[in-house]
Parts: sequence; structure tokens; C-alpha cells
Amino acid sequence: MAVTETDIRKIADLARLSLGDEEVPAMTAQLNSILAHMDVLTRVDTASGTEAGSDAITSAIALARDVKSAGAPLRGDAVAPFPMNATAPMLAPDSEDGFILVPRLSTHEDV
Amino acid sequence: MRNIIDMTNDAAVRAADPQFGRDGLNIVVATNHESSLANAERVALAYGRGDAMSLPGMAIAVKDNIATLDMPTTCGSRILSGYVSPYEATAITRLRAQGAVVVAKTNMDEFAMGSSTETSAYGPTRNPVDPARSPGGSSGGSAAAVAAGITEIALGSETGGSVRQPAAFCGVVGVKPTYGRISRFGLVAFGSSLDQIGVFARSVRNAAIATYAMAGGDLNDSTCADVPVPTTPEPVEAYRGRTLDGVTIGIPTEYFPPSLDADVRARCDVAIEVLRGLGAKIVDVSLPHTELAIPVYYIIAPAEASSNLARFDGVRYGPRAADVSDLREMYQATRSRGFGAEVKRRILIGTYVLSHGYYDAYYKKAQSVRALITRDFDAVFASGVDALFTPTTPTPAFKIGAVTDPYEMYMSDIFTVTANLSGIPAISLPIGRVGGLPIGGQIMTRHFDEPRMFHVAAALEAALGGEAHA
Repeated sequence: MAVTETDIRKIADLARLSLGDEEVPAMTAQLNSILAHMDVLTRVDTASGTEAGSDAITSAIALARDVKSAGAPLRGDAVAPFPMNATAPMLAPDSEDGFILVPRLSTHEDV
Repeated sequence: MRNIIDMTNDAAVRAADPQFGRDGLNIVVATNHESSLANAERVALAYGRGDAMSLPGMAIAVKDNIATLDMPTTCGSRILSGYVSPYEATAITRLRAQGAVVVAKTNMDEFAMGSSTETSAYGPTRNPVDPARSPGGSSGGSAAAVAAGITEIALGSETGGSVRQPAAFCGVVGVKPTYGRISRFGLVAFGSSLDQIGVFARSVRNAAIATYAMAGGDLNDSTCADVPVPTTPEPVEAYRGRTLDGVTIGIPTEYFPPSLDADVRARCDVAIEVLRGLGAKIVDVSLPHTELAIPVYYIIAPAEASSNLARFDGVRYGPRAADVSDLREMYQATRSRGFGAEVKRRILIGTYVLSHGYYDAYYKKAQSVRALITRDFDAVFASGVDALFTPTTPTPAFKIGAVTDPYEMYMSDIFTVTANLSGIPAISLPIGRVGGLPIGGQIMTRHFDEPRMFHVAAALEAALGGEAHA
């Protein structure tokens, strides 16, 4: 499954990355080189008993198997203070009156 | 009491030494001498009061992706330049409660994406053993901090081997605990089904003490298991003699391919004979899906990374691109200028494998094969094998700049990613040197069987003695 330069531009847009025209050919070649190594997986039989949605999650969250409970533990529905010593607007690059400021959406101007 | 403050001061002075800074080995990216000393004074007071502590006055270095209140947490990236976290990682809080004092933040591959610490925005870290060589990665700065003697213990993080591989390259001990053993609250997310905080130390015993100090359930991380934390390991003397009687150690054939570096193989053969001499029963085993681990990992980890790194867009933290006309342009400009080449490459791979039309072919398939890799381990452990012994890396430390092909770099994780994919604990410890370069041996055990892992590792370490570093 080869990736084209058009694909790369589309993926970059989805990922909110802008690639320069000079970067696109190299990135396309690198991704194709990497993805070619992934094709080995298509030859593996995973038809029987390896449903990704169930088994993979149990393997990822090991505590679901070898530990007392049969799933990730849920905490009680109780309010607990989050241990932060600053508020979100204090960390933001731009804020005003406790609100984070961002540039306007161009779609708003279009309407 | 005075001793704790002196120890911290000595370590803080070492951490700030220019030979370890940007113009030197480039191990340390941030220090805060004043804060470290203030913390040491608090520890000294509590210790003097009689508070029980497993690490009183132990200076530690911390990877730049673990949140600390008194030093920046930048993940080796321009996109988090100057960022100071408003909260502290649970792992740090727990270590401080046991008397540890943070004296430095260490260099790393940007967002932990790399195996050489060359992708850092701060520039590459150099291996203290041979400055022309890489310390490995992505936690190369922490491995180098312990190898250079800045601190006895350092924290790293693992997604595919980012503690064990640099530990092997630098000649120190490196631990990746079971997935769920240590809270990840305050660890900047990369691949959430894989990430774990890990430990570097000069001895297996210190690695075990630090691991246990951080372990245990945490309400701020629902993937952290509320299981009993083992007690502090026995003294080193307990590991001398035939201490592995009754222990079965499997040697997976797939980890000793014909292409394995001859020096690595030779040191592993010596270590296996030492394990046998300690009373262990050595058996050959097979983990047949091992060769698929790298393709699986490099689909799953970038997929999760592309989602996790979506939050870095210039809105809430870090620098923001200013010369933009609207919000979308701000996202794109901030991210494009803030992320380095390897991070962009992985975000693009992740976005691609999750995109419509390719999800089943790549991501779902990779998750299915991941299940097969996990079952390989389950079958071997179910057959009566208590632990597995393998090389940690296919080669000793490579030279900085020597590996330029991305996939070739990914292959340096071939023996370590399987433990991340399956969630089991693993440790790398020095088993000798060839041409002055350290070689690491790896021990893996069942989920949450860190006691057995540390037992086998400590016995091997004690039996090898000086030979581990010779």
C-alpha cells in the first residue's frame, strides 16, 4: 500500500502539520520505506481468536488478567481536589480575565 | 542529618558541572540547586524525627518528560520550551516521601521518540563510556547520569525499551516494571497502552528499592494497578551461593539469531553458564512471533502518539506561533515549528494507520498480532518457566550519527519492545564489556513478578561481580 505525495499532504493536514513543498517527497519516501516493513503483518493468520478489541486491551492493561478484579478499577464517584498549583489560563500563552485567548476562527469571518 | 544535605549538595554541584551540560556530554537540561537543597533540608528534618525512609538523601535525576514542580518539563521539545508543570508526577511525590531529592532533569529523545537521544531539541547526549557513541535512548540522559556518577538513581520512561536499551549501552541497571505497576500521573503521554516509568541504578538492589518506592495504586491513574507492593529486597549477601536452585530460566531462540553481534552472544553465553552455576535449570524455549514485534510496535505506538500529541497546539501551554491569521493556521504553524522531524514522522504514520480505509489493515491487524506475541509469553510461562534471559540489544552502543535510516534505528529495540507489547516486567543489567563497551543482559518474568525478576538479576549481578564491568 504505497503512499503518494497527495496522501502525505492530506495526512499532514489531518494532523495539523504543514509540510513545506521540499519536505513532501522525502517524507513520502520515508513513510513508504517504513510501511513496507509493516506489510509482513498481512501474512499472519489472525482470523482465529485474536479479536483486537478484546484481547489487545486485556494484554495492554495487564491488571485485568492477573489481578483480583476483572477489569480496570474505577474510583468512587467522589469529588477530589486536583493537585494543581496553577490554573490553566496561567499556563496558556495568552489569557484575559481567566479565559484563554486564541486567534479567531476564519470561518466566523466568512459567515 | 547534615549528611543528607551534604549528599544533595554534592550531587547538585555535579549536576550543574559544565562537563555534563550542553557543551559537554549534554546529559543535564535543568537544575535547581536552591530547591534541591530546600528539599534536602525537609528530608533531613523528617529523617531526624525518625520517619521511616527507604532512600534518605538519595539524589535522583529525572527524565525531562516526568512532571516536577521546581524544574521545567519540556520532553526535549521546542513545543514545550520553558514549560513548568503545575502538578507533580505521583512517582516523584512517592520518591520524595522516601527521602529522595531531585537534582536534575535529563536529556531525552523528543517526546521519547528515538533510540539514541539524538532527536532532542537540546542536541544529542554523549555516552560517558565513550563520548563518540550514543548513550541509547530515549532515556539516554538518565542512563548517562547514572553512568557518569551524577546520581546513583535516575528515572526514565519506557514505551518500547527506552530504559533498558540505554541502560545496556551505558553499563548500568535499567528496569521496566509491569504495565500498571507504577502510576503514570505526571508522565507526558506517548503510547498510552505501552508507557511505563522506569528506573536506572548502579545496582539491582537500588533499582528494586526505587521501583517499589514508586509502586502501588493511584486514583489519578486508572491504569495503575492497586496490587500489593513487594517489600524492599533482601541484602546483597542473600544472592550469593546457589540461590537459583529450583528456578527455571528459558532461553528464547528467537533472541539469538545468526545475525546477533558475536560479542553480545559471547557475553550472554557466559551469563547463561553463570545462571546454571547458581543452580538454575536452563531450557530452550520459543517465542515464535518475536520477529513481528517491531512492525506491530511501530504501528501501535505512532497511532497512540498521534492522538496523544494532538494536545500540543499552542492553545494551553508552550510557545505559540504569533504571525498567523486564524486558529487553524496557529495550530499548524505552532506544531510544525515546535515538533522535530522524528516526531512529525511518527505523527504522520499514526494519523495514516488510523485513517479511514487503513485502520483495519494496519491498526486492527497490529493489535491482533500483539495478542499473539502476548500469548507466546503466556505459553512459555505456563510451561513452568519462571524467567527468560536474553540480550538487551543486538549490538553495543553505536556511534552518534551512525544510524540514519529510521527503520534501522527502530530495529535496535527488537529485543525490548516485546515486554512493552505484552506488559510484562523486564530488567537489563551489565553482563560484561567488549572493547570497553558495555553489554546488557535482559531478564523478563510474568506480570507483576518483579520479585522473581529482581531475585534472578541480583543473583546474576552478585555472581558476575567485577566481571559485569570488565
